[in-house]
Amino acid sequence: MPKLLLLFISSAVVNNFVLAKFLGNCPFLGVSKEVNTSLGMGVATTFVMVMSGVATWLINHYLLIPLELQYMQTIVFILAIATLVQFVEMVMKKYTPALHRALGIYLPLITTNCAVLGLAVMAVRESYSFIETVVFALGGGIGFSLALALMAGLREDMKEDLIPEAFRGPAIALITAGIMAMAFMGFSGILPS
Amino acid sequence: MSPLILSLIVMGSLGLVFGLGLALASRKFAVESDPHIDEIEAVLPKVNCGACGAAGCRAFAEAVAAGKMPVNGCVPGGAAVTAQIASIMGVDADETKEREVAQVMCQGDYEHAKLRSLYDGLQDCRAAMGAAGGPKGCVYGCLRLGSCVKACPFNAIGLNEHGIPVVDESRCTGCNKCVEACPRNIIELRPVSMGVHVRCRSISKGADVRKVCTIGCIGCMKCQKTCKYDAIHVENNLARIDYSKCTNCGECAEVCPVGSIVKQGKTVIVRESIAVDKVETKTQKA
Repeated sequence: MPKLLLLFISSAVVNNFVLAKFLGNCPFLGVSKEVNTSLGMGVATTFVMVMSGVATWLINHYLLIPLELQYMQTIVFILAIATLVQFVEMVMKKYTPALHRALGIYLPLITTNCAVLGLAVMAVRESYSFIETVVFALGGGIGFSLALALMAGLREDMKEDLIPEAFRGPAIALITAGIMAMAFMGFSGILPS
Repeated sequence: MSPLILSLIVMGSLGLVFGLGLALASRKFAVESDPHIDEIEAVLPKVNCGACGAAGCRAFAEAVAAGKMPVNGCVPGGAAVTAQIASIMGVDADETKEREVAQVMCQGDYEHAKLRSLYDGLQDCRAAMGAAGGPKGCVYGCLRLGSCVKACPFNAIGLNEHGIPVVDESRCTGCNKCVEACPRNIIELRPVSMGVHVRCRSISKGADVRKVCTIGCIGCMKCQKTCKYDAIHVENNLARIDYSKCTNCGECAEVCPVGSIVKQGKTVIVRESIAVDKVETKTQKA
């Protein structure tokens, strides 16, 4: 159990997908203008990450490893994630229209979020067990949401600031992201090496 | 089995399974939407003009089906579409508002209006407006570069041989696009039954108007004095018609010394209550 907790903290904070592994930077910069939308994106991504973590683990263990086709991981995972996102969208539309309306536009975007694929590939590389993969995915998703919400909060505040013209827009956003990444490096002391 | 064939089979079958799975899922999880929405959308003109206030025809259809918008909300569709939507929704279409058409409130063509400069730039009214207010002597008049013509999604406006826009009222749907496109705000929507219009927007003093345009309103008050129905008034050196009182009689057009007021020869309207009162008071005064 402590091992799982450690894994969760590791994937959520210490090895944060966005700020330590630099995955999923596109939505990190694209959907971080308002806190509300960034939270929506975060929740949707977390959901898809857990689902795809489960799906790719099953595919890897019951299809690719028995057939010795591990080299096809990436392309099979992409296919599985894309299908899964489509499927999740349909189910949501049918049973939870409110959630679908809230997340609607973000769901298709997640298909191409490299954090989701990165999670699947990393879970395989670290040869996590099924439970470990789920915890890893949940932590990764929550870490992603956290980074997105923090960034959105900062950017909302910065909107009013007088930023030199050369730094406005994406420039200051990337600088902010860099400083945030450095701050997150401070968490690396938490984990026993 | 060679890895090549095996990988092909695995990939192909995975794709097939996923594809079939999604196809089945889309059947099973198909969301049943209100059939009225599709029916209403089918009868709409689908120009997505936004004149109804909704974000496009689909949004309008959804709003009508949900009862959030009136069945007669579609401006370009007019009475015909309103009747169809009303029958789909099972309500009466009595409360239809009158169709409005665009009217160009300027007649300052090359013959009547003077230029103060030559404009050789981009052939667009807004661009010309940006170049020191445009080439025309009158700062209220039509720039004759046809931005309204380009804006019209229904080909209802064309420039006449003197460069002034003319609206084909049978085609005009009152979608407001030309009104928004005109930088001089000389196009206005008017009820289609109204046939007398002051085709001038200049609020300059009469003498100043004469210097730049021979067909502009000079604010002489003749129309106001002539009108039996109290329907035309001169404010800010410009005659304005109160369309709730105008009866299309066209007497103001006949007395207008410059020809700013134009009568289109539409049916004269009998306005009982207002008309009788005003006619009586006028005759009493006389």
